[in-house]
Amino acid sequence: MSVMTLAQALNSALDTALDDPRVVLMGEDIGTTGGVFRITDGLQRKHGSERVIDTPVAESGIVGAAFGMAIAGLRPIVEIQFMGFSYPAYDQVISHVARIRSRSRHRFTAPMVIRLPYGGGIGASEHHSESTEAIYTHIPGLKVVVASTPENAKGLLLAAVDDPDPVIFLEPIRAYRAARGEVPDGRYVTPIGAGMLEQRGSDISLISYGAMMRETRDAAHRLAAEGVSAEVIDLRSLVPLDADMVVASVEKTGRAVVIHEAPLTGGYGAEVVALIQERALYSLRAPVRRVTGWDVSVPLRLAERHYLPSTGRIMSAARDVLEA
Amino acid sequence: MSLEPRQVLAADGTVIDRREPDVSTLATMYAAMTEARLYDRKASALQRQGRLATYAPYEGQEASQVGAVAPLAPEDWLVASYRDAAAMHLHGYPWKNLLLTRMGDERGGHPPEGVNVTPPSITVGGHMIHAVGIAWAEKLKGTGAVALTMFGDGATSEGDFHEAMNFAGVYHVPTVFFCQNNGWAISMPRSRQTASRTIAQKADAYGLPGVLVDGNDVLAVAEVVAEAVDRARAGEGPTLIEALTYRVQGHTTADDDRRYRAREEAAGWLARDPLERVRLWLERHGAWDEARQSGIEAEASRRIEAAVAEAEALESLSAGEIFDAMFDEPTAPLAVQRHRAERSAR
Repeated sequence: MSVMTLAQALNSALDTALDDPRVVLMGEDIGTTGGVFRITDGLQRKHGSERVIDTPVAESGIVGAAFGMAIAGLRPIVEIQFMGFSYPAYDQVISHVARIRSRSRHRFTAPMVIRLPYGGGIGASEHHSESTEAIYTHIPGLKVVVASTPENAKGLLLAAVDDPDPVIFLEPIRAYRAARGEVPDGRYVTPIGAGMLEQRGSDISLISYGAMMRETRDAAHRLAAEGVSAEVIDLRSLVPLDADMVVASVEKTGRAVVIHEAPLTGGYGAEVVALIQERALYSLRAPVRRVTGWDVSVPLRLAERHYLPSTGRIMSAARDVLEA
Repeated sequence: MSLEPRQVLAADGTVIDRREPDVSTLATMYAAMTEARLYDRKASALQRQGRLATYAPYEGQEASQVGAVAPLAPEDWLVASYRDAAAMHLHGYPWKNLLLTRMGDERGGHPPEGVNVTPPSITVGGHMIHAVGIAWAEKLKGTGAVALTMFGDGATSEGDFHEAMNFAGVYHVPTVFFCQNNGWAISMPRSRQTASRTIAQKADAYGLPGVLVDGNDVLAVAEVVAEAVDRARAGEGPTLIEALTYRVQGHTTADDDRRYRAREEAAGWLARDPLERVRLWLERHGAWDEARQSGIEAEASRRIEAAVAEAEALESLSAGEIFDAMFDEPTAPLAVQRHRAERSAR
């Protein structure tokens, strides 16, 4: 065990993944510089420039070339600098990466990982604070996971590299250095498709993922001081979703708030709420609430605080649900 | 680079300025082009009978397609588009699979193991970069295999063409870019795709050689591709080849080309038919006659008919089976949906 930041845990995961000679890393500025967030720091020096590849500035080309490599038997891990820069590659992801297995009925596959630093809270420029996971969860053929702690960041990333299918891997930018914790040495995996029941409770289920776990845990902690027993679920895997964990929790508590920083309309929270009403409606004692970003473009630095869900907004929604 | 297209065999079947070709090589290429033309006509006929969905005919482009893949070794990759059935077939992709895809069956996309041909790209231009990645992987693995990608003049307008050429150039990847400039991208002529005099000359901007070739001359095409493949295999990087040819039929069986081009245009190209000049040469060298012609046609037709019968004998995918190729193992949510789909199909 070592204490690491989430960023260091990802670096450790990539270093471990590179033990497999099929693994190559591709991205803009990931080699000499170690990436805009230094996640790949030192890896090119250690593993060589043929396997830790600095690419031209061309997201579609990076993903398309990695896709070809995957077809030919390699295991590429792609870094896109920010989620908001992934859209030029969206055609490659949706038209080819997600479909080659079904197009060829298993003859060709694309076991590859696309790492997307996502989310706001660091006062970045326009396009640098996006949380658009729903445009990936909507595409059949992709798995979508979100790291939230140093431990699950390393475990999920190693699981994603091992996975025989393409995985979209979301990394919470504002937790890169803010989140610290114990991380096992060497290789281990956090299974894709399994949520994490972080805290047991009996009065209300708080369901979230990624960067918003901090505010969610904080809200649970403050609700406890008010005598409310909140259950906290970190979904970790959006596709496939651990539906049984969500349903079992809501059947027990009868109340739920779903939290994410992505915009409300068509956001992933809608999927979770739909699941709850399909499978646990008669356990509900109050309508389920969503606490999300607003349906506005993520504001720039000076007004960003009005956008990101706060602990206070989660508390307020939880109280509404508890009093309904 | 030369703006004059490379040519070996003129339209009248005479050899231009070099040694006479080898009879058996040319006879083999002629047989492949003949089979390709018969398949193209068969597929169009099947579409009219409602037995295939939309079909994209390649009539007139047989020399480009056969010449492009003839120099490839079995371990080399072919990453082609929806109009390249003849090239895909010659590199090992069975007619049956090509028919299945056109019938609307995903199992067409599953060629036999060991056949390094990806399913046809339906979107325009997105596949060229895949050939870069595949060739790059082979280079990293040190296998010596190369990748050839086929696309049309319209695809060179896509941004992905730029990214593929750029990546291949920067990383010296063993990829051969083979553009069939057939004059038309659905209804738009080549002049509306680019103001560049040729497509081949675009290679210069990426630091790689560009070659212009008579795409209706199978020997010239095979010659320039062999040179590009040799360069790639020797670690000398990618090449862009522009084969000048003509799409004799409409874009697909759903297209009516009378809306945008004159019949007379095709007439000029029909006089430069890629099969005719080879047959003339073979006849002139006493290597061809009516009996041999009907012999290869009968053989080709037998293979094509057998493929049609095999493809049509296959039961379509069941409601449950459509779930079975999304992931290596169906996820839990997909297993639930599969069950529901099967129940509602009953």
